[in-house]
Amino acid sequence: MISEQLLYSLAGIGLFGIGLRATLLHHMLLPRLLALNVCGAGVFLIFIAIAYGGVEIMADPVPHALVLTGIVVAVSATAMALALGRRLEALNDE
Amino acid sequence: MIELLWSIFDITLVLILLALAWTTCSTQDVMRAVTLFIAMGLLLAIVWARLKAPDLALAEAVIGAGISGALLLSAIRDYPSTSMVTHRSRLTEGIINSLTLALMILMSWAAWHGLNMSDGVRLSEQVNSQLPVSGVSNPVTAVLLNFRAYDTLLELAVVLTAVLTVLTLNEKRADHEASSPLLQGMTRWLVPLLVVTSGYLLWVGAHAPGGAFQAGAMLAAAMILLQLAYPSRRQAFNNHLLKILLVIGILTFMLVGLWMMSLNDDFLAFTPAWAGTLILIIEAAATVSIATALTLAYIGGRPIGWEGVGREDTHRTNRSIIENGGAE
Repeated sequence: MISEQLLYSLAGIGLFGIGLRATLLHHMLLPRLLALNVCGAGVFLIFIAIAYGGVEIMADPVPHALVLTGIVVAVSATAMALALGRRLEALNDE
Repeated sequence: MIELLWSIFDITLVLILLALAWTTCSTQDVMRAVTLFIAMGLLLAIVWARLKAPDLALAEAVIGAGISGALLLSAIRDYPSTSMVTHRSRLTEGIINSLTLALMILMSWAAWHGLNMSDGVRLSEQVNSQLPVSGVSNPVTAVLLNFRAYDTLLELAVVLTAVLTVLTLNEKRADHEASSPLLQGMTRWLVPLLVVTSGYLLWVGAHAPGGAFQAGAMLAAAMILLQLAYPSRRQAFNNHLLKILLVIGILTFMLVGLWMMSLNDDFLAFTPAWAGTLILIIEAAATVSIATALTLAYIGGRPIGWEGVGREDTHRTNRSIIENGGAE
């Protein structure tokens, strides 16, 4: 049980690291946003891995609710960032 | 034997996930990166199902993979010059790599230590003990709309703020050309199915995986599909109605909260006997608002005639803008 929690937590940390590195490396908005979303997915994965309690135990529903909220907020924030970027692009063209 | 098979499954899943994340972040082509990101979202949905979080699996498949995918794919057109090539110097790259690696090692140590130390306090016992008075039997819905209803209310406010920013900044994207008859034919079949599924998810959320977020996202997916299949069709809702739909979720939530405050002295403290009905009312309104918000976010700006008095008559709206501008 610990091993599954640990495996998926490490996978979450891996996603977080890959996303963070790419966010810092890229210059353009779209690749950065993609990387930031990968980074966020990593955080969600760490959360849910810790909430997992094994085959016969019910998983902890509180982190599930938090991550559900997080997924919706992440997509809204992505939409907002894209709109800001589009406006910036339009201003640069003028 | 079964355990060995599970371990093989787990390790394969994790390796594919990490490989997809790595290629998403390092490929040279933006289009490819977005496609890989969508694939990663679908794989994450499987991971959530594996970790016994079916509510999340549903939400990730619809929102994480579906809606964000559509959002990012349509955004590619806005940045024609984007390339994924990085121009950092070797030194900067080295610093970033080593710092990220150090952070990851530190986090791994923290995870290892934290998981081995003790079982800790699990909130699931508290949730389970209060579940009978929450009005629903799905623990995630109980947490979202009863125990932590404040968080969900504020989350709806965050979504609303984000969409208002999108609407303030831009006009709606220019329509792309009419799509193929194949997509239009498929849409005729798919949209009613999506609407029914959305209603089902909303209803079933009380006692099984599902709920307002999944239902709202499913409804938004139906709207986006319609938008893709019939780009030049006049919008079916007038803008006044659209504005009401956008805020009805948060409005209903607050009204119910205030009503409960007048009865139970606490904001959003539901009376146990009515909790089930109240949660369903709030969820229904929230579903509509989330669907409207995500659709508007996908469209990427104000629909035609948004600033007007709520009539879709563009000619009239333009005239009223001119008149208002003149009066100032």
